[in-house]
Amino acid sequence: MNAPVPHEQVAQDRYAVLDAAPRTVRDTLLRWEVILVILLVLTVVVNTLVSPYFLDVYNLADATFNFSEKAIIALAMALLILVRDIDLSVAAIVALAAMTIGYAAEAGFGPAGLFATGIGVGLLCGVFNGVLVTFARLPAIVVTIGTMSLFRGLTQVILGDGAKTQYPPEFLELGQSYFIKLRELGFGGLVIPPVPLSFLVFLVLAALFGIVLHKTAIGRRLFAIGSNPVAARFSGIPVDRLRFVLFVLSGALSGLAAALLTARLGSLRSNIGIGWELDIVTMVILGGVSIAGGVGSILGVFLAVLVLGLVTFGMSLNNIPGQVVSVYIGALLIAVIAIPRLVEKLRGGVVR
Amino acid sequence: MPEPILTLSDVSKSFPGVRALHDVSLALHPGRVTALIGENGAGKSTIVKILTGIYKPDAGAIRVAGEERSFSSPRDAWAAGIAAIHQETVMFDELTVAENIFMGHMPTSGARLVDWGVMRARAAELLKRIDAEIPPEFKLKRLSVAQKHLVEIARALSHEARVVIMDEPTAALSANEIDDLFRIVAALKAEGRAVVFISHKFDEIFRIADDFVCLRDGEKVGEGPIASVSEPQLVRMMVGRPVEQVFPKRDVPIGEVVLSVQGLSNATEYADVSFDLHRGEILGLYGLVGAGRTEAMQGLFGISPPTRGAVRLEGRPLSVRSPADAIAAGIAYVPEDRQDQGAILSLGIRENVTLADLARHVQGLFLSHASEAADTRKLGRRLSVKASHWEQRLGELSGGNQQKVVIAKWLATKPKVIILDEPTKGIDVGSKAAVHDFIGELAGEGLAVVLITSELPEVMGLADRVLVMKEGRVVDEFSRGAWSAEGIVAAATGARRQAA
Amino acid sequence: MSAVFRSREAALALILALGIIAISAYQPVFARWGNISDLLTETSVLFMMALAQMVVILTRGIDLSVAANLALSGFVAALVSQYYPETPLIFMILAGVITGLALGFFNGALIAFLNIPPIVVTLGTLAVFRGLIIILAGGGQVNASEMGATFQAFPKQVFLGLTTPVWIAIGVSVLFWLFLNMTRTGRGFYAVGGNPIAARYCGISQSRQELLAYAVAGAVAGLCGYFWVARYGVAYSEIANGYELTVIAACVIGGVSIAGGVGTVAGTLLGALFLGVVMTALPVLQISPFWQMAISGAVILAAVIINARAEARPGKLILPEARRTGRRAA
Repeated sequence: MNAPVPHEQVAQDRYAVLDAAPRTVRDTLLRWEVILVILLVLTVVVNTLVSPYFLDVYNLADATFNFSEKAIIALAMALLILVRDIDLSVAAIVALAAMTIGYAAEAGFGPAGLFATGIGVGLLCGVFNGVLVTFARLPAIVVTIGTMSLFRGLTQVILGDGAKTQYPPEFLELGQSYFIKLRELGFGGLVIPPVPLSFLVFLVLAALFGIVLHKTAIGRRLFAIGSNPVAARFSGIPVDRLRFVLFVLSGALSGLAAALLTARLGSLRSNIGIGWELDIVTMVILGGVSIAGGVGSILGVFLAVLVLGLVTFGMSLNNIPGQVVSVYIGALLIAVIAIPRLVEKLRGGVVR
Repeated sequence: MPEPILTLSDVSKSFPGVRALHDVSLALHPGRVTALIGENGAGKSTIVKILTGIYKPDAGAIRVAGEERSFSSPRDAWAAGIAAIHQETVMFDELTVAENIFMGHMPTSGARLVDWGVMRARAAELLKRIDAEIPPEFKLKRLSVAQKHLVEIARALSHEARVVIMDEPTAALSANEIDDLFRIVAALKAEGRAVVFISHKFDEIFRIADDFVCLRDGEKVGEGPIASVSEPQLVRMMVGRPVEQVFPKRDVPIGEVVLSVQGLSNATEYADVSFDLHRGEILGLYGLVGAGRTEAMQGLFGISPPTRGAVRLEGRPLSVRSPADAIAAGIAYVPEDRQDQGAILSLGIRENVTLADLARHVQGLFLSHASEAADTRKLGRRLSVKASHWEQRLGELSGGNQQKVVIAKWLATKPKVIILDEPTKGIDVGSKAAVHDFIGELAGEGLAVVLITSELPEVMGLADRVLVMKEGRVVDEFSRGAWSAEGIVAAATGARRQAA
Repeated sequence: MSAVFRSREAALALILALGIIAISAYQPVFARWGNISDLLTETSVLFMMALAQMVVILTRGIDLSVAANLALSGFVAALVSQYYPETPLIFMILAGVITGLALGFFNGALIAFLNIPPIVVTLGTLAVFRGLIIILAGGGQVNASEMGATFQAFPKQVFLGLTTPVWIAIGVSVLFWLFLNMTRTGRGFYAVGGNPIAARYCGISQSRQELLAYAVAGAVAGLCGYFWVARYGVAYSEIANGYELTVIAACVIGGVSIAGGVGTVAGTLLGALFLGVVMTALPVLQISPFWQMAISGAVILAAVIINARAEARPGKLILPEARRTGRRAA
């Protein structure tokens, strides 16, 4: 099924091949990222109209506290889903890593040691997942449902119904204050906004992931794996090794998120971060990463994180309880994916 | 001639951007086998899907025994007495033979519950009718490919079909199994059923068919009794122009040994595969489907590393544990299964072409789009890939052009040895000739080529030497000029055992 | 003999029996009828939910929203009981079942007709269903004192030594067995999951099978919602939080293949029973209940590893000597 070729071109030379597709406005507008930008603008406009407190740098900075840790994990999850895997154990890894951080703090570790502990535990959990999925060739969804129970179960066994609340103040300072302080630039009323550490980490990682995925050979290989794992392997791509690395990465970032979260909360119970895996998968899917693999962008995930974060923040400003917010988020997820398909179906296109 | 069981009159079917069938009429008569002939994409499978109720025609009429019928699902087609044996065995590995035969129309007793006893008994009866000794309660996954075919035939019979459609039924069968199949076809004929037989193999068509219908680009371009045409006439009808069935064998000086394989073996698939491959040589690897050729070459390429054997490349020992090792050493493998193993359909031409050799396009830390695009243009033009632009997704190209892109991907790795596994399978005649030409060109440039093919004219037309594999082992070797078609086929089938 | 060993159900039953014997030898109280009856009552909801989830997984799908559906349907049933206490019990239960059916149907419609991946749809509806409870309840909950007496009494009634939820679970299991093994539609789930293209050629509609699977899963979740709320005497948004994963775990342990097309009623029931035994055995063995989650995690991993070994497809049998002995690597 060849795409239609413009007539003039055919007349010139039957086999002339252009370097790139002629761009159309329609294609550009229908890009997933554009839809997300529109959603983001809508979110900001509606929230600003509804609440005078929304467009306040401190409020916005505080809002980022609530989604940055999840968003960090979402970056790794995006790559996993891109290659047709999934890691449902991330929230359980957060719990296990946070617990270990709790014990390490009691043992007198400093902030750097605590972050290293969290990342290290997460990394080991990721190795465990990765071995089972890539070397034992088990389906990722089942393995990570299993390790989700295992990791959180271990947390419960060790912690019971106790809590950890003793942390060094410098550690808590990292999690609870702004890493970049508000500064007036002195002209035009411009300011450098206050930025919490977790959001800064997310921004840096998002940029890094975006570059790796879209500009390097590794990224191209990940797209190839997600599109056709067998053909990717036949093309000399170390498919299993890359998938393994992604599971390790997902574990390590979960551990990092655990450190940031613990520093912010200053306490921990075994149910810490429960249900996060679903929030994170939602971020990724809303970001346009196809669950069937091979399609997605870090920009999309980044925008989806902001949309979800600001919707949640705006609603909390209006005292709407968290679970009602999740109704909107769940509905948003379904609507954003269902509406284009519904339109296509009504127009008579064949979906299946 | 008796009244036709089934007629299609002026049937048309279009898909977005493609006219699959245009005003096609045909008639199927009881007790006659009609061969449906045409290149890939000529509309054969669209006709099969219309006859079996999977597609609805846009225009035209289907008449069964003179009565106009409209099929909106496969059930309607069965009810009208039409059943098909599809190209690949499309069945349920995890279910029993009996269920496979009756899926979609299981016998039920009162209260609409499935009657397993009756189902098993009837399955056994149907299998017995075609002399297949397969227990109905076996799970399908325990059967061989040939046995699965028999189950498909039993399924067609279970509908008491008056019209049986066989879509390339012999593709995966051995010579003996094909003989068995033809006996069944003859029995179906004798029972007064109409058979539609689709095959690319002309010897089979002339052996079994009574009539033929030839399609090209969705239109009927010829029909009549098979006895009234010759093979060259049929080929001309299919492609719309005469095709030289002679292969342009180039004279290439054969150089020194590039690749030397000794005793390559794994546990269950191939054993003691040994050969030397020279610069500029095309080595044919002939055998029946399932003879272990693909497995041995994939072992060499590192897909499933062999358990024993030694490989030397340009005199140096080579250990290949993964495709990446093979590529680095200068071995390329163009797989047989283009859709699953070769092409990445959702990526663009450029991304496919550079995939196996991405490292060369890395400048600093990043991929260089310019470098990739330059390579793609060069290789794409060399292989005369037809596309609207170089970023076009592979899924939008024809099969032949996809294959050219896959070959381009492997040439981009600058191999010393290239293994081509059924490179012309399922592509149109035009692209086929281009690929043949190209294989000769590669050898002319000093590449060493291994050509796996099941087409005798192809291997005899292109190869300098032919190794014949049977049941996982190399059983014979022939050199250009000292071979005969009969000899090669006999070695592959073991029909006449030669002195080993 | 070897067929018995190859059957996963037999192997699982054997492991379970050995486990129960070992626990009873250590703590004879475990084998008392009262304890067994409690165990079955505790597990009855899991039996039913796992069977329904199995049907979904057979079609290559997954339903993450079942626990949220259970909570919402149970809440609706509780509301009926609170505001219309005169309603006959059967209609209160039906209110739950119909709510569940409608929610399942919604999932099924999105999956079957718009072709949206099941994990995406049910992830979304999971959040929506739970949130709807908050909206319906205005943030509150329905307590035992607000539910009718018959509403709460029914699950505690005992016939022939077993409680009503157990009898219902037995009935539901029999229905599932009949449905999956003795009807064309039931076999259709295996066909669609085993080979969707072949199923289409056999005239089986994938959309219809999928719609039905999610509707059935919804209806069962609705029924279980009633039992859950009535037994524990409270209905609010957090009920059965995360229970969808326990349900899927029971399926995996019972040998249901996440790739679709493989799974039996007996296997799934045994998988659910296994989890039920683990949960009840811990207090009997005086092991901290905090072990429960870790153990089920380990069991899921063990089960999936065993499943994979059974399903592994090693090289083809091409060499004559390999074909003769039927020997495959491992």
